[in-house]
Amino acid sequence: MSKIVEELRYADSHEWVRLEGDIATVGITDYAQHALGDIVYVDMPEVGDEVTAGEDFGAVESVKAASDLISPVSGEVVEVNEALEDEPGLINQDAFGAWIMKVRVADTAEIDALLDAAAYAKICEE
Amino acid sequence: MEENLMKTCLHDRHVKQGALMSPFGGFDMPIQYVGIAEEHNAVRHEVGVFDVSHMGEVRVKGPDAYKYVSHIFVNDVTGAPDGQIFYGMMCYENGGTVDDLLVYKVNDQEYFLVINAANIVKDVAWIMKNAEGFNVEITDESPKYGEVAVQGPKAEETVEKVLGLPVKDIAFYNFKTFDVDGEEIIVSRTGYTGEDGFEIYGSHDYIRKVWDLLMEAGVQACGLGCRDTLRFEVGLPLYGDELSADITPIEASLSMFVKLDKPEFIGKEALAKQKAEGVKHRIVGIELEGNAIPRHGYPVEADGKVIGEVTTGYRSISTGKSVAMAMVDKPYDKLGTPVEIRIRKKTFPGKVVKKRFYDKNYKK
Repeated sequence: MSKIVEELRYADSHEWVRLEGDIATVGITDYAQHALGDIVYVDMPEVGDEVTAGEDFGAVESVKAASDLISPVSGEVVEVNEALEDEPGLINQDAFGAWIMKVRVADTAEIDALLDAAAYAKICEE
Repeated sequence: MEENLMKTCLHDRHVKQGALMSPFGGFDMPIQYVGIAEEHNAVRHEVGVFDVSHMGEVRVKGPDAYKYVSHIFVNDVTGAPDGQIFYGMMCYENGGTVDDLLVYKVNDQEYFLVINAANIVKDVAWIMKNAEGFNVEITDESPKYGEVAVQGPKAEETVEKVLGLPVKDIAFYNFKTFDVDGEEIIVSRTGYTGEDGFEIYGSHDYIRKVWDLLMEAGVQACGLGCRDTLRFEVGLPLYGDELSADITPIEASLSMFVKLDKPEFIGKEALAKQKAEGVKHRIVGIELEGNAIPRHGYPVEADGKVIGEVTTGYRSISTGKSVAMAMVDKPYDKLGTPVEIRIRKKTFPGKVVKKRFYDKNYKK
């Protein structure tokens, strides 16, 4: 059974978001890492890139395939998790710890449109 | 769609062992059991077993068998001793590839053809159609046979000890038949991994027995996921990626299997012309700098234009490098040519290299 963290918000494309002030930390869920299998590469945006909610900002890749990462928020990338460059498998070990990017969001109300833990859990059950 | 998928004789084993299942070639096949990398490394360094019962088997028998096989097959089986195996292709008149296959020579009047699962219907129709005028009997024996591939440096030891089959004297690309409890078992020293190994053909019951014995002995079950990463690393083609009705063996850089000095075979004229005039594009290897992973269908660029397309790409599990096989236009096919692969929004630099990314370890 995949882990879901109560206080986070979720996109139906299996990204999680933690909002602190106007900074949104984004990663992929435990369900997603499990479905992908061993992650061997994370294609991350660069600091300063603009990301848009609903559009791709990179990809996570297993041996077999690449999956687009869809940004749950809009704004400017202020930090990426450089540890993933050498150790993409950190996502498999701890999907909610191994964040991918931090975004200064233009409109924090965007977060309200995302799923809460209960609603996301339902999607994973389907 | 899914309810139409066929099942191999080992399907219940895969499901029970918790394999990740996915459609391949019309069959519901195991992609991985514990993980592609772990299974891949088991084959490179120890031993692993694959269910390859989805492969097709066709027997050609009769006074014209040699003449007929020579007619449909681009490689040359002339003068081979009984028990030898040949890799090669069947081609259309225009040189496009019907399939790549193994031809087992039982004797001058009997050959055993092993073809790709996805192509069984098409191949059998092709084989039948072109047999007109030859005194041969053709039987699609695919439903009768199960098949496993035991691959890796410890394959010989495993097959001898666990299965009790005396295989150490079988030479590379040769086969023997054994009588096991009144049933004829075929064992060949062949595979699709770049490692030493054996492919074993028998009844569904026998193959189930073999699988269970290998599992009891702790041999790693391997899925089609690592079958692809293993074959890719040693530059072996997959029909549908590096070979197709639109890709000739010459374009696939497999001319060494096309024997143009043979008196005749289907496609000879087109292939000879292509060989003489040169191809417009062909399959090469590409090694990228950095970690981005090229995938099937990604564009290859040079001099500011698209000059080709990736046919298979991975981060090589054995070398850690990002490498691809790609169909590229001439003259960008030369070794060392700088090229770029477009991966999503960016392009990544690399160069043309030999398509053998990892050295084979065959026991010859």
